[in-house]
Amino acid sequence: MSTGILLQLAQTLLAILLAPLLMGWVNQCRAWLQGRSAPPITQPYRTLKKLFHKDAVIAHNASPLFRFAPYMIFACMALAAGIVPTVVNDLPFSPAADVIALVGIFALARVFLALAAMDIGTSFGTLGARREMLVSFLAEPALLMVFFTASLISQSTRLPVIVDTLAHQEFVIYPSLAFAAVAFWMISVAENARIPIDNPSTHLELTMIHEAMILEYSARHLALIEWSVALKLFTYSALGIALFLPWGIAAQGDMAALPLALLIMIAKFLLGGALLAFIETISAKVRLFRAPEFLGTAFLLAVLGMLLHFLLEV
Amino acid sequence: MTNGLFSYFADPVQWAWAGVMFWLVLGFASLLLQRSPHLLSRLVFPLGALGALFIAGVGVAGLLLPASAVVLPIGLPDLPFHLRLDALSAFFMVLLGGAAFGITVYASGYFKSMAAGPLALLALWYHLFLGGMVTVLLADDAYAFMVAWEVMALSSYFLVTTDHKVPEIRRAGFLYLLIAHVGAISLLLTFGVLQGGHGDYTFDTMRLAEMTPFWASVAYLLALFGFGAKAGMVPLHVWLPEAHPAAPSPVSALMSGVMLKTAIYGLLRVTFDLLNIQIGWWGTLALALGLITALYGVIFAAVQSDMKRLLAWSSIENIGILLAAFGLTLIFYTDGKGALAALTLTALLYHALNHAFFKGLLFVGTGSVLHATGVRHMGHLGGLMRFMPWTAWLTLIGALAIAGLPPLNGFVSEWLLLQAFLQTPGLTQPYLNMVIPVAAATVALAAALAAYVMVKFFGVVFLGQPRDPVLHEAHEASWPERLGMLWLAAGCVLLGLFPTQVIGWLAPVVSLLTDQSLVNDGNWLMLAPISAERASYAPLIFFAVVATVLLLTFIWVRRVYHGRVRRSDPWDCGYPEQDARMQDSAEGFGQPIRQIFEVFMRVERETPDPFSRTPHYHGASLDKAWFIFYAPIARVTNWLSEQAGRLQHGRIQWYLIYSFATLIFLLVFTTR
Repeated sequence: MSTGILLQLAQTLLAILLAPLLMGWVNQCRAWLQGRSAPPITQPYRTLKKLFHKDAVIAHNASPLFRFAPYMIFACMALAAGIVPTVVNDLPFSPAADVIALVGIFALARVFLALAAMDIGTSFGTLGARREMLVSFLAEPALLMVFFTASLISQSTRLPVIVDTLAHQEFVIYPSLAFAAVAFWMISVAENARIPIDNPSTHLELTMIHEAMILEYSARHLALIEWSVALKLFTYSALGIALFLPWGIAAQGDMAALPLALLIMIAKFLLGGALLAFIETISAKVRLFRAPEFLGTAFLLAVLGMLLHFLLEV
Repeated sequence: MTNGLFSYFADPVQWAWAGVMFWLVLGFASLLLQRSPHLLSRLVFPLGALGALFIAGVGVAGLLLPASAVVLPIGLPDLPFHLRLDALSAFFMVLLGGAAFGITVYASGYFKSMAAGPLALLALWYHLFLGGMVTVLLADDAYAFMVAWEVMALSSYFLVTTDHKVPEIRRAGFLYLLIAHVGAISLLLTFGVLQGGHGDYTFDTMRLAEMTPFWASVAYLLALFGFGAKAGMVPLHVWLPEAHPAAPSPVSALMSGVMLKTAIYGLLRVTFDLLNIQIGWWGTLALALGLITALYGVIFAAVQSDMKRLLAWSSIENIGILLAAFGLTLIFYTDGKGALAALTLTALLYHALNHAFFKGLLFVGTGSVLHATGVRHMGHLGGLMRFMPWTAWLTLIGALAIAGLPPLNGFVSEWLLLQAFLQTPGLTQPYLNMVIPVAAATVALAAALAAYVMVKFFGVVFLGQPRDPVLHEAHEASWPERLGMLWLAAGCVLLGLFPTQVIGWLAPVVSLLTDQSLVNDGNWLMLAPISAERASYAPLIFFAVVATVLLLTFIWVRRVYHGRVRRSDPWDCGYPEQDARMQDSAEGFGQPIRQIFEVFMRVERETPDPFSRTPHYHGASLDKAWFIFYAPIARVTNWLSEQAGRLQHGRIQWYLIYSFATLIFLLVFTTR
């Protein structure tokens, strides 16, 4: 039990510390693909350090909610990162929340961010909050359908059991998972404010969603939010890996497999990050009101996956 | 003598009746206190709140003790009132008492400034309303049930029309009264079918009556219609968005939080207790109606700009979720999946309890805003968090809970319901296997939209800058109001953090209706229905981890770096003339929803002429149900009455001829 808790803490800390690195890697890949000279992979850490050192500038009319929200969002993301298995499976926190509760954690963080965005009362903040909630209410049912499909195979909504069914038992090909994987990709792009739904590297008022919400944040609050964003990307990647490519995650108590699991994890993240940068480079951002179509497609793919499960796999 | 009295009050059902009598006495006593408004708000309402607490206590006792019944010597000759308290009634009494306590404590502060005369009347109707609802839950024969149902409907009608000098409120009240009575007629017919030709209207006889599937279905459909009218099932929902905003806030809280649940109670009572057969398609029908209601309700909630109307639509959504859970319970139950039926029923009861607390909290929260500002339209509010922090933070708990966010209570019932939806692969009918997960996605969509609605509600009312200079004078709610809200908010938190305990208390109700109880495979910390391998959720661990990380991060940032803050103006994008009117309005926030779901609405837009000197913009998203269902009925009724009107000329000769012709006709008819 105590090793379990230690491993749990280690894995959560690892996720928190490595998340900006993944962000740096994605930015580096993107710069290469776009023919720019890339910032160093540690650039996100430098940005965070710089932000933490600055004095926070807060609007006169900011309420306590505004200052509370970044900590809340960071805590939610840390919990989510602790629950999703990355290196070791079935750790002590994992029974605290299954995939449905995981959706709940993300929703909690998002609602706090949206409320904080509305707190100052600038037109951009509310605009961003409204758009963010729009994207999220379209993405959330689709995400749940993906989880449902995955849980139909393993008869469980708990991530450790899903990972165990796929990774540590007889190898079976599930066509339904292929559809679910594509749907999951589309949803995570939308949820993480990446192209084609949102563009993390612009502040254009016509298009921005996430950036519009955090315009009023500065210094340590902004740092925490940027860190949460990196952590969210990390968690979603880990989630995708756990659901669709779980091979290599060590079973609980299997200490010998740990070093290998760590290496495999790093390799998967490098590949996943590069793929994300590649897809971002070849696609263009869509209009906001095309987002329902995009996420509707994701939803239909997830439903198709589930129907396939009933037709082929039962 | 004392001994006899004690034996008379030996059973929980008699205590419950004593509680009802206490409220009645209190209500009529308040008429005598017309001269002293202070006594009314400082004595009558707190005493009424104590009564609510007592009723909740009796409910707890009813859950623990076996069912008890009593025959009261009141009513018509040979038609006494039968009362019975079993686990189902007891659970709804806990719900009623728990929510009504907070709301009534709140009411004692809220009605403080009302004139004595109207306040005395209001106190009468208020306590009659509470007593009527408890009697509905206790009734064990159709006669007592209908009398209590009518007391509940009429007293709430008078409560809705408290401000009867406003024409819209009179109109809202009339609509409510009309639909309540159409529903009541349907219920009367239900009981007529249920007694199965015995002529005996006690529920005991009905339980024994053997029904053919046809007549059972007729009874079920009539009950679904009748209770659906009370609950606000689409398309019978039109009274809700009119009546809730019209009523004073504590009354809206009671109606939405508690009264709508009596309809759910009635539906459960008739379907699972009084009818002794259940048919599978009943469940499918209720599930479909529930999903439509949930989606319809939440979409319209998103486009409202009146805060109480928004909450009323959100109540329709929650009733839809309850109906969907009810349908799923029926589907599992008729399919012989007792354990799953138990899970779904637990989710239903849990959600009913949750809704009583968070919707009560939100409605009383709007009451405080209304008192502080006198404004209901969200377009004139904003920034209230700075002026009324208590109300704002407590309302925030309610808003997060209703948005289904962990670790609050709304998430628990939603989680249980989604788990139940995921268990469908065991069903015998393959088409249900495929359709029901999609139904689950609809529930998920409704929940996600509820989060949208709550961000809009809280963000526009409490955050941002005040949209009106008057708001700078907004004052915080009075202490009784704060205490009432605190109680309801505490309910939301505790019901969210201790689900395993609550589910343990629900077990007698669930086993009464489905002959099974929910197995919790986890320990007291962890909620794990069916088995711990399938799914688990531990809100306390969840809460502890989030709180710890939050604290550690805070300390870390302060220790390693610093906590310096500089205040300045918000960033103005290089455009200095920003004012509060440039924030997103309530309409603006709902605009994406209006654009995506325009098929459900009838959108009326008036755009001004380009040359107009006084440009006027107007946009409204109207409920299509009015135009599809109600307008034709109104037209036909009008046409029929016009036709009937032709007979009336106002001349005595014509009426004499009518009577003469009738007489001749009857003579011919009878002598033949």
